[in-house]
Amino acid sequence: MKTAARSLWARTLSEALRRFGPLAALLLMCAALSLLSEHFLALDNLLNVFRQSAVNALLSLGQLLVIITAGIDLSVGSILGLCCVLAALVLKAGAPWWLAILAALAAGAALGAINGLLFTKLRLPHPFIPTLGMMNVARGLALVITGGFPISELPGGFRYWGAGAVVRIPAPVLVVVCACVLLHLFLTRTTLGRDIYAIGGNRQAALLSGVPVDRRLIMVYAISGALAAAGAVVLAGRMNSGFPLAGVGAELDSIAAVIIGGASFFGGVGTVLGTLVGALIMGVLRNGLNLMNVSAYWQTVVIGAVIVAAVWVDVVRQRAMRR
Amino acid sequence: MTPLLRLEHISKAFSGVPALDDVTFEVLPGEVHALVGENGAGKSTLMNIASGVLPADSGRTCWEGQPVTLRSPRQAQELGISFVHQELALVPQLSAGENVFLGRHPCRRAGFDWVRWEEIHQRAGDLLEELGHRMDSRRTVAELSVGEQQLVEIARALAFRARLVIMDEATAPLSERETARLFEVIGKLKQRGVGVIYITHRLKEIYQGPDRVTVLRDGRCVATAPVAEMPLETLVRHMVGRPAREQFPAPESQVQPMAALRVEGLSVRGKIQDISFQVNRGEILGLAGLAGAGRTELLETLFGATAHGPGRVFINGRPVNIRTPADAVSHGLALVPDDRKAKGLIPEASVRWNMVLASERQPRIHAAREREKTDRMVRELRLRTSGPDQPVAQLSGGNQQKVVLARWLLADAKIFLMDEPTRGIDVGAKAEIYEIIRRLAARGAAIVLVSSELEEILRLADRVLVMHRGRIAGELARADASEESIMRLATGGDGR
Repeated sequence: MKTAARSLWARTLSEALRRFGPLAALLLMCAALSLLSEHFLALDNLLNVFRQSAVNALLSLGQLLVIITAGIDLSVGSILGLCCVLAALVLKAGAPWWLAILAALAAGAALGAINGLLFTKLRLPHPFIPTLGMMNVARGLALVITGGFPISELPGGFRYWGAGAVVRIPAPVLVVVCACVLLHLFLTRTTLGRDIYAIGGNRQAALLSGVPVDRRLIMVYAISGALAAAGAVVLAGRMNSGFPLAGVGAELDSIAAVIIGGASFFGGVGTVLGTLVGALIMGVLRNGLNLMNVSAYWQTVVIGAVIVAAVWVDVVRQRAMRR
Repeated sequence: MTPLLRLEHISKAFSGVPALDDVTFEVLPGEVHALVGENGAGKSTLMNIASGVLPADSGRTCWEGQPVTLRSPRQAQELGISFVHQELALVPQLSAGENVFLGRHPCRRAGFDWVRWEEIHQRAGDLLEELGHRMDSRRTVAELSVGEQQLVEIARALAFRARLVIMDEATAPLSERETARLFEVIGKLKQRGVGVIYITHRLKEIYQGPDRVTVLRDGRCVATAPVAEMPLETLVRHMVGRPAREQFPAPESQVQPMAALRVEGLSVRGKIQDISFQVNRGEILGLAGLAGAGRTELLETLFGATAHGPGRVFINGRPVNIRTPADAVSHGLALVPDDRKAKGLIPEASVRWNMVLASERQPRIHAAREREKTDRMVRELRLRTSGPDQPVAQLSGGNQQKVVLARWLLADAKIFLMDEPTRGIDVGAKAEIYEIIRRLAARGAAIVLVSSELEEILRLADRVLVMHRGRIAGELARADASEESIMRLATGGDGR
């Protein structure tokens, strides 16, 4: 019976590690950095970390939905770039800031929905293919439209969403918090959200239980596109320009945040909180390395190692659980 | 005669729970030894110990009279023990021949190891022919039927000079004809002096080849005897530990004179041709045929999972257009798929979630109602689970199938399309599933029952349709249906 007790203990520990492992890692990192640098815990610096993580967090939330369905969305960085440009164009045409935001979100959702339609209706073998296509098409369009030049000097009402603040809390952070709360409720409290987990857990079984799998997948990619557009609004506001090369490589950062946050690449597993923590871990890491004067080149090396380490910890955990 | 393999006084526990308790088991050269028992009786654990996958806690393993310690499957393989798994372990993209020699390609050394393809296909072809089946070993495994794939696995065992072959539920995916061929192959193995351990749920097969049978129950060996001295009733009694309950209670369904589902001229190119039939409320319609006759395709087409060509479908007399499984569900259809793991369940999700998947389709989740529904189903179907939050993957096959059935009961389905509902399920749970099917019919549900076990169809069905090569080969009234008449139609003959 001693072994039974031990295995129960191991399982509980493993479950706790899955749920709170990323959070614990984040807190540990913060503790270490506050010892290494007196600037780290300063309120201004922390707010800065949050602000800088906001765009990646938004992309990661969309990526999370896709990865829960056992898919992947390579186009979020390019959709962000194109939506930056579109929002700037709408503003330059004299439209009010809110119309520009709506236009960007609608465009992002539409581009995402196209990803979903290509995947489900053309029966392409894996979402890698349509989103890889969209990644190139959207980036190309952004460059075609602008001729490669940024569209600068945007009106203040729009810039507020990237650079403004409510009582020192940066507006982008509020956007992320709202997105997180909504998405969390969506995933945990609605049957739509649960369908997404079911599709990732076993697509065939979900289909044969009457889940409208294709419609759900199209919705998931549309949401991912819309969240990329939300990222575009925040980024364009912060940079005060619609920059066609915005978000190059951002899709990989978003995938990294989702995976660090404990989602499974094989689908069916993943949480909003975990993903948010994953995005913050990447932000804190970059910030901390900056404070310690580590070059940006080396930061990339470190982040790569962290991604592999995070997944490895999960593999070890699962192996321990099976024992 | 010295036994090939002898396991003496083997005990094994998992997390303190005994799985095997002082079991002794042996196989002689050229002997086919059947191993039976309900799910959880310890068959798999014993075979995992025999093939080096698991170590025993206590006891002794002897190979040809010499004590050995099997530390890995590889070591067991080198001694000559081969395991033909229920889930085949072949690489579908590679040729049959290459699969036979996978990992041990015959090579010519000249700087590199150059693969000798001629030799591979020559030897693989010879082995397959020796097993009584001529085929081109250059075909890829994906093109082969399940039965042929199994032959490739057995050929691989022989290529590795196996002296003992363990077959776990080898006939589960096979049609009756393929099963008969497998028994011929087993006969060939016997002639070569190879020992065979044969695990099966189909008790009838015990009397078609095996020499001896051992029954496990709750981790103990309750009987070992020559097959001739172990009639079916005794065997079942040993397995369940109580007098054999009537396994198939006689049907008393009340067929109502109203068609619940009617199909006219339904076709799917290359799969099914011009299918017409109807099933009434309260009726159990058996759908028999060989593997590949199109039965699964027919059910999945009716359920909207596959697009169909010409043909019309009526539910309660009204024409319907079912294009997706979601449409089918809204028309009161239910599909119990042939492959629980791949098509029926979300394995990591809880019992509760799997149960309410089809019925709780409104946008907001009603936790209290879901709990109430799940508790009711657990009671009603006597589901053995540690609780509604247990991942469904941890349940036994029979209980998993009950979860799938519960899903459709909760969805208030009226027409059940059941594809091999008792495949891989032990005797006790089978009887319970039969009871559920009968109860459904008694309540006025219409049931289409696909099964490869003729006995199951004969005992349950009010009427039998037989399919052959995508067409309906004939219809048999309950009184005319027999194993012979069904098999004649299923193999392309006439029904008389």
